[in-house]
Amino acid sequence: MPVAELSGVTKRYGEVAALGGISLALERGELVALLGPNGAGKTTAVRILLGLARPTTGHAAVFGQDPASRKARLRRGALLQVAKVPETLRVREHIELFSSYYEKPLPLAETIAAAGLGGIENRLFGDLSGGQKQRVLFALAICGNPGLLLLDEPTVGLDVESRRALWARIRGFVARGGSVLLTTHHLEEADALAHRVVVLNHGRIVAEGTPQEIKARTASSGLEDAFLAIVGQSEEMAQEVMQ
Amino acid sequence: MNAYWMEAKCEFLKTARMRSYSVSTILFPLMFYCFFGLAMGRQQMPGMAMPMAHYLLATYGAFGVMGAALYAFGVGIAVERGLGWLEVKRASPMPPAAYFLAKAAVSLAFGAIVIALLFTLGALFGGVRMPAAQWLLMGGTLVAGGLPFCALGLAIGSFAGPNSAPATVNMIYLPMAFCAGLWLPFEFLPKAIQQAAPFLPAYHFSQIALSILHAPVHGAVVGHVGALAAFTAVFAGIAWIGQTREREKMYG
Repeated sequence: MPVAELSGVTKRYGEVAALGGISLALERGELVALLGPNGAGKTTAVRILLGLARPTTGHAAVFGQDPASRKARLRRGALLQVAKVPETLRVREHIELFSSYYEKPLPLAETIAAAGLGGIENRLFGDLSGGQKQRVLFALAICGNPGLLLLDEPTVGLDVESRRALWARIRGFVARGGSVLLTTHHLEEADALAHRVVVLNHGRIVAEGTPQEIKARTASSGLEDAFLAIVGQSEEMAQEVMQ
Repeated sequence: MNAYWMEAKCEFLKTARMRSYSVSTILFPLMFYCFFGLAMGRQQMPGMAMPMAHYLLATYGAFGVMGAALYAFGVGIAVERGLGWLEVKRASPMPPAAYFLAKAAVSLAFGAIVIALLFTLGALFGGVRMPAAQWLLMGGTLVAGGLPFCALGLAIGSFAGPNSAPATVNMIYLPMAFCAGLWLPFEFLPKAIQQAAPFLPAYHFSQIALSILHAPVHGAVVGHVGALAAFTAVFAGIAWIGQTREREKMYG
């Protein structure tokens, strides 16, 4: 049984098709990067796996359960794009609160260590730097000791150093047997972290494989060139279909 | 169970540390009571054997409790909903009711703080004297009266945007407080306002509080309690529509 699964999932918002039928399975211990330009449907795919959106057609499951079910929630952690997090709670209080939602959370000290928050656990959230804030959100995602992490653009807006620090935390989670689905438009990030890359464009999967395979497919030296080539091809195909 | 307790504890700490909330909710009713209740305190209410300081304790108590509930719910939910935090919580295994129960508990807790301080002012500087049982009944009634305004705040917070919510709350809260006779005694208000007041939940709330002081009130207490229950149901219904609409728009 895959840890997370989308099969034949479409999602329409009124006239707009956010997802045009995608199938995707995430296995245990695997880190899959959903890569694509803005508006490709990455966030929609994550929201469906979080039970925050229902597929228009098709089927989604987390550990074989409905993604909105309590069983699925208890085995899953998420880091979402959020404009404002309550600033007048301390780091420790934020973590203790989210830990209380789970049945078997990690001990507080372990969460703090795994997210790299040692020494700042008594600071108010509003007093933290951007990188520290993002690590707190990461701590909230892992504090319940979940088997699956869904990370929606976890390093967006971070400087290189903070980004690499968060990568190390994500790798640590996978090393302990966790599965991760992350969305990104940083190609370097997919290359550095992912076992498998799924390239989305206009709500469809246009390429899938290891970072090496993706690069090899287009005879590109870097993932960035490969990405642009793949997305470019899919645009041409889309135009041909339209005509 | 632990999740409910932690949610309430964190909600209280979070709210208490927000000066914009804690200072304005606590300070404004106390300040107004000083201006109107204490400054003119020894004057008798026209036609009643009751000093102003005594009478206005009930109305400014109602005013303070309403503010605590309306800002915590109306502004709190609009901001957390509009800026994505509520969604992070909804993706987590948080029991959905915990979020709303915590906000209600904190609203009532702040209501109780306002009432305690207001009563202290009234007793120390306004010369208000009552039997202990009456103080307690009055305090308990005022704090519990915050609940319909939690529902009103929830309705506002389910529709208002994060930036417009404070203004929306003020536009409803302050005129309603005035027209219900919470700032100036009801009998001082123009006839037209007096006739329209039964359409305001704040009016029924203050009439209940005044009845405990044995001040003359309009209509039966049972009727006012019934009216508040009906308002609560209507506000909860409006909030439910807002939450459903939101879910359909965003979660489809």
